[in-house]
Amino acid sequence: MTDNSENNAQNRREFIRSSSRFALALGIGGLGGLVLNKAKAGEYVWQIDPFECTQCGRCADECVLTPSAVKCFHAFDLCGYCDLCGGYLKPGAIEMNTAAENQLCPTAAIKRNFVEEPFFEYTIDEDLCIGCAKCVEGCSSFGNGSLHLQINQDLCVNCNQCAIARMCPSDAISRVPYDDPYKVKGDFTKSKS
Amino acid sequence: MLKGRLFKISSVLFGLLVSIVTFAQQRFPRPDFESDYKTPTLEIPEPRHGILEYADVLILLIVLLLATRFVLQKRSRKGILYLSVFSLLYFGFYRNGCICSIGAIQNVALAIVDPSYAISLTALAFFMLPLLFALFVGRVFCGAACPLGAIQDLLIIKPIELPVGIRKSLGLLPYLYLGLSLLFACTQTDFIICRYDPFVGIFRMDAKFNMLVLGGSFLIIGMFVGRPYCRFLCPYGVLLNWMSKVSKKHLTITPSGCVDCRLCERSCPVDAIKKPVADPVSKKKDINRFLISSLLIPLWILAGGYVVSSAHVYLSKANRNVQLAELLISHPEIKNDPDHIDVQTFLTSGKTMQTLLGEAAQIREQFRIGGWILGAFLGLAFGLMFTRKTIYRNRTGYEPDKGNCVSCGRCMDYCPVGKPNFEELIKTKIGTQS
Repeated sequence: MTDNSENNAQNRREFIRSSSRFALALGIGGLGGLVLNKAKAGEYVWQIDPFECTQCGRCADECVLTPSAVKCFHAFDLCGYCDLCGGYLKPGAIEMNTAAENQLCPTAAIKRNFVEEPFFEYTIDEDLCIGCAKCVEGCSSFGNGSLHLQINQDLCVNCNQCAIARMCPSDAISRVPYDDPYKVKGDFTKSKS
Repeated sequence: MLKGRLFKISSVLFGLLVSIVTFAQQRFPRPDFESDYKTPTLEIPEPRHGILEYADVLILLIVLLLATRFVLQKRSRKGILYLSVFSLLYFGFYRNGCICSIGAIQNVALAIVDPSYAISLTALAFFMLPLLFALFVGRVFCGAACPLGAIQDLLIIKPIELPVGIRKSLGLLPYLYLGLSLLFACTQTDFIICRYDPFVGIFRMDAKFNMLVLGGSFLIIGMFVGRPYCRFLCPYGVLLNWMSKVSKKHLTITPSGCVDCRLCERSCPVDAIKKPVADPVSKKKDINRFLISSLLIPLWILAGGYVVSSAHVYLSKANRNVQLAELLISHPEIKNDPDHIDVQTFLTSGKTMQTLLGEAAQIREQFRIGGWILGAFLGLAFGLMFTRKTIYRNRTGYEPDKGNCVSCGRCMDYCPVGKPNFEELIKTKIGTQS
């Protein structure tokens, strides 16, 4: 008799358990199906739209990496090769040369090379660049805007929620498809190898 | 000489160009170089190959399958241990802890409520696979595949048994955390699970100081209280717990029948071993308590919903748009502060105050509705906890608590049943325990 009721209890519990399992399986399946509908094949990475960027300087501080995965990129085809470069020289620089006191970049990451009179080429040393956007601000205010910020996809750890995107005041950072991971300024860069 | 003149010319040019709105593409046209200067190409480093993301899913699947084999067939604690070390190294230190199943909750939630949000298949797979495995074989993910679990598990030195009351009350925190993270994710406010992940900074070897302190304290506490994050915070653990409770198969402490030797009693670092019930409580009293606490559940739900939704104004302050709108209303003079980045960006963006206020009001309304849902959910969890306390079951042997067991497999090691030196184990060890 007791054996029988024990058995019944066991059966009842087993029934409850298997039906809840079924319900939960259905739940996850349904949820998965619903989301799968919207899921896109292919991955996403974070990128800055340089035309939205307002050069606030937060990219240097908010990234989970030190130094930031955001680096200054130089679109050479946009550059005017100015002697008086708004991105390289501090406003009110005493002289137009490579002396440290004249440089805008806090880490001296911009290299200035003489090309021919009166043109200079500017290149970025990415290892030194901290993504502070000081040069970008200078270049966009006084120059062609060829210096711009991009997230270096080689360095970026692709956080689920980009810490900089959250703090970006101009919502310039968004997820872009993995196949087209940059929003580089200039024309020639569009045709990615 | 030449330089000085050029400086003057370019200064004048600057003045002109800055003051006059130019529609030209470039302020300074690209020079025609006379020398054979070649424009360098801009190097754009490629991201990690996309195929590798799918490799992560495959590796997760393999780890889960192996863990299932180690838990159910091989009954090998060692196997689980090695798997968890591998997961810690791969998903943790090599892949820097992103993406993980815990954080994927938010992606899935956002994908459901926001039609424009495209979730990656990897995130979806990371969310689904451990749940499906939990539904059939228990929380093998926690034991073997989760890097956050692994880092805590490996540092367990001398776990103490927590009193039931503390365990149960702290056990409600994950519900709160899950609810809040869903609320913040669905309102596009923040991904708090990722932001306050205590170990991801350690995986990246690059943590902000406060997060390092948080992660460090979890690890130090974890030496004596097994897996504190998993048990008292992990929001994904809540879902896994539900699945695992009704799992088809599950880790068993003993391979055949329990001999009540009590060797496994202290082996579980997460207090997930149910002891035999010696004398059952009187059924009559039991049923009354059960009925009362069940009838109270709707009240808990209403109370929870009311409380949380009335806090929606405070909760919504976490949203940056709401924050900005509030700031501009309460301190209008901040518009003159040139150093306030958010305010200045807003002022120059051309967005009207009205649009911002509209957005903020909309988000706040979402928080109000979400607050009701979150509160009701918490009330339900609270009520069910009390109801569950009134349910007693007669048990003869030692069994794992299927919901809370993380399948680390320690108890299997302790169980003498079926081991060649069975007699010896029973004799030597039973004497040392009172």
